[in-house]
Amino acid sequence: MNARLIPFAVFVLIVALFGFGIVWNNYHDPRYVPSPLIGKAAPAFDLPRLEDPAQHVRKADLLGKPYLINVFASWCFACGQEHPVLMAYSKKFGVPLIGYDYKDQAADAKAWLDEHGNPYHEVLADVSGATAIDFGVYGAPETFLVDGQGVIRYKHIGPLTPDVIARELDPAIKAVQGAAR
Amino acid sequence: MIPELGQLALILALILSGLQCVLPIVGAWRESKPLMATARSLVVGQFVFVAMAFAILTYAFLVQDFSVAYVAQNSNLELPWWYRFSAVWGAHEGSLLLWVLILDVWTLAVAAFGGKLPEKFYARVLGVLGFVAFGFLLFSLTTSNPFARLIPAPMDGVDLNPVLQDPGLIMHPPVLYMGYVGFSVAFAFAIAALLGGELHSSWVRWSRPWTNVAWGFLSAGIVAGSWWAYSELGWGGWWFWDPVENASFMPWLVGAALVHAQAVTDKRGGLRAWTLLLAIFAFSLSLLGTFLVRSGVLTSVHSFAADPKRGVFILGFLAVVVGGSLLLYALRARFVAGGKPFALASRETLILIGNLMLTVAAATVLLGTLYPLVGEAFNLGRISVGAPYFGFLFMLLMTPLVLALPFAPLSRWGKADTGIWKRALTRIVGLAVLAGIVALVLGARGFMPLLGVTASTYVIAGTAFYAIKRWKEAPAGRRYPLEMAGMLFAHVGVGVFIAGAILTRSLSVEQDVALSPGETAHVAAYDFQFKGVGETQGPNWLAQQGTVEVSKDGSPVVTLHPQKRTYPRGQVQTEASIHPGVFRDLYVSLGDPLGNGAWAVRVYDKPFVRWIWAGGLLMMVGGFCAAADKRFRLRREAGQPAPEATPALPALPAEQNA
Repeated sequence: MNARLIPFAVFVLIVALFGFGIVWNNYHDPRYVPSPLIGKAAPAFDLPRLEDPAQHVRKADLLGKPYLINVFASWCFACGQEHPVLMAYSKKFGVPLIGYDYKDQAADAKAWLDEHGNPYHEVLADVSGATAIDFGVYGAPETFLVDGQGVIRYKHIGPLTPDVIARELDPAIKAVQGAAR
Repeated sequence: MIPELGQLALILALILSGLQCVLPIVGAWRESKPLMATARSLVVGQFVFVAMAFAILTYAFLVQDFSVAYVAQNSNLELPWWYRFSAVWGAHEGSLLLWVLILDVWTLAVAAFGGKLPEKFYARVLGVLGFVAFGFLLFSLTTSNPFARLIPAPMDGVDLNPVLQDPGLIMHPPVLYMGYVGFSVAFAFAIAALLGGELHSSWVRWSRPWTNVAWGFLSAGIVAGSWWAYSELGWGGWWFWDPVENASFMPWLVGAALVHAQAVTDKRGGLRAWTLLLAIFAFSLSLLGTFLVRSGVLTSVHSFAADPKRGVFILGFLAVVVGGSLLLYALRARFVAGGKPFALASRETLILIGNLMLTVAAATVLLGTLYPLVGEAFNLGRISVGAPYFGFLFMLLMTPLVLALPFAPLSRWGKADTGIWKRALTRIVGLAVLAGIVALVLGARGFMPLLGVTASTYVIAGTAFYAIKRWKEAPAGRRYPLEMAGMLFAHVGVGVFIAGAILTRSLSVEQDVALSPGETAHVAAYDFQFKGVGETQGPNWLAQQGTVEVSKDGSPVVTLHPQKRTYPRGQVQTEASIHPGVFRDLYVSLGDPLGNGAWAVRVYDKPFVRWIWAGGLLMMVGGFCAAADKRFRLRREAGQPAPEATPALPALPAEQNA
C-alpha cells in the first residue's frame, strides 16, 4: 500500500466523523425531543442551596405555586447567551425562576452569577448531576415549568429567547396560572 | 436597490471565480496560451466585484439600512460609527465576505508579483485560488447571503454583540483571516506542483515569503485574540483551549512547521513531499477551523444558532478541497519527491524534529478538540477535554523542540558538526543555570518559576550565541540578511513567550474579594483601596464604574476604574481595568453588588503576562522580516534550472525520483 494514502485515509475518517456529527445533530436536535415528562409529576428532589449548602430544598417545599426551573452551569456557553434574556425577563414571568446549577463547582457558579448578574429567585446546586438524570436533563440550558401540583407542564431545551418566551413559555405560564385559579 | 447591486456583484464574482478556476487549469492542461492568459483578468474582475459587494455592505451599515436583515441583526441607531465598520464582519455572513475579500487580495498579489513564474504553473496557481474563492462565494450566496432583505424594515436594529464592541476586536478578525487565508498561497503552489507533476526549488523559494507573511499575520491575530480575552472577559486568563481558539492555533502550529520545511526544500532540495503535505495541512486546518466555528458540529449541545445547511455545505467543500488535495498528494507526490539524504546531526535533522513535534502538537490539539464528537459517535457520553489535557501534552511535546531550538541554527546543512554543539551547550546551559540561581536569589521559589526562567534563558542565550558567532565569522554588511534576522527575532520571541507563559501561570495572585467603600485588599505587595462605585455613560452604554486606588508601601501607584457596562438590549459586559507593566499587570474587574455599596471585586496580580504577547509579536516580526529578504524575489524566468549558490534541485524526471 502506498504510505502517501495515509493522510487521505485519516481525513476520510475525520469527514465521516463530521458527517456523523451533522446527522446526529439533525436527528437529535434537542429542541424537537418531546419530553416524556410533560404532564407527569416532576421527580422528587432534595438539593442543597448554592449559597448555603447546609440548607436543602425539597420538591415538597415548593408545592402549591407554579415555578420555573432553569438548568444552567458556569461552563455552559449557551447559558451565557441565554443569561441576558433571563436577566430581562425573570421578574416578568409572574412565577419564581429557580436556578438549577448543573454539574458545576459552587465557586465557579457563584463567580459566574457575580459576573453576569443573578436572575434567580433561588439557586439549587446539583454538583454530581444525579438528580438531573431524573429530570431527563440533556444539556444546559433547559427550562421546566412546574405547576402547583408539582406536575411538569412545559419544557424547553436550549436557550430561552424573547421569541420562545412570547410564543411558548408565556402562554404555558398563563395556562398554568389560569388552571390554578 | 443598492443592496441588490451588492448581491448582483457577488453573483458576478461567483461566475468569474468559476471561470478563474476552470479556464487557466484547462489551458495549462491543453497547453493553450490564450486560455492561460485569462487568469489575470479574471482575478482582477473577481476582486473588483467582491470589493464592490463588501463596500456596499459597509455602506448599508453606515447609513443604517435596516431593511437588510444582516444590518438589522448586527447594528442599531445608537452604535457609534466606528463599530458600524467592524460590525460588517461582526457575524457570520459578513465575516464570510471578508474572508473572500482577503482571499482575493492575496490572489491579486500573487497575480501581480508572480508574472515571472512559468506560464503553466502560474495559471494553475491562480486556478486553484479561483476554486477556493468559488467555494466560499457559493457558500455565501446559497446559505449565508449578507444582502437578504428584511421586509418590512424594522425601525431599529438589534445590536452588535457587545462582546465585539471593543477596539481590539475591530482588527482581530481581519488580521486573523490574513493569516488563515494567506496559507492558501502555499496551498495553491502545492496543488499546482502536484497537478503539473514537477516542483522546482525556486518555486518553493518564491512561496516562502507568502507563508512567512501569512504566519506572521496569524501570530498577530492570535495575540490580539488572546489579549482581548484577557482584558474583556474579566477572568484574567489569556488562553482557554476552547474550540475557537484551537481552530486558529492548529494552522499556526502547522504553519510554523511549514515555514521551516520550506526552508529545507529551498536550501537543500529535501523534504519536498513533506513540504507539500504541510502546505495542504496548513490550509486544510484553516478551512477546518472555519468549519468548526460555523457548523456547530462540535458544540452540539451548547450551540443552537448554527444552521445545519451551512454545516453540510462546509463539510462538502472541505471534503472536496482537502480530500481532493490529499488524494492528489497520494497519487502524484512521487513525481515531486526526492532530495539528498540527511546527515544525522545536520540542521535538516533538527528542523525535522521540530517539524514532527509541531505537527504532532497540532494533531494532539485536533484530537482534543474533536474528542467530544468521538465520544458522541461511540456513545461514550458527553466528554469534553479541558486545559489539563492540552497543557500537559503541549508542554511534553514542546520540550524536545525547545531543547533542539538553539542548536538548529548552529548546525550545518547536510553535514554533522557536533563540535560546535559541545561548545554551545556548556555556555547555553551555564547561562540558563546562572539565570535560575539569580532568580532563586531574587526570591523565586518552586519548580515552575525556576523552570520558566531557565527555559527562557536557554532559548534566548542559545539564539544570542548564534548571533554572536555570526557576528564574528561573517563579513561586515553580510552578517544578518533579513531572512536570518527574522529567524533570530522569532526564536527570541519563543524564549520571551516561554517566560511569559510559565511565569504568569505560576506567579499570578488572584483574589476574589468583597469590598465595601474604604476597605482595602492586599494582593501581592500592593494595597487595593476600594472607593466605591459610581455611574458613567458611553456612546451606547451605561456603566457602573468602580474606583480602586492602588498603592505600594503607602505610595500611590495608580487609580483603576473597572466597569460593568449595560448595553441597550440589556446585555452586560465587564470591562476590566488594567495597569500594564513590563514585569506585572495589576488587574481589577468588577463582580456584582453585594448591597450597602459593597461589591465583589476581582483583584489580580499578573507578573510577566505581557511577555506572552511580546513573544507572539516578536514571532510576527520574525515572519515579516524574513519575508522581506531580497533572496526571495523572482529574479529570472524560473523554469530554467538556475545555477545558485545554495544547491537547488532542478525538477527531476519522475523515473529517478519514484
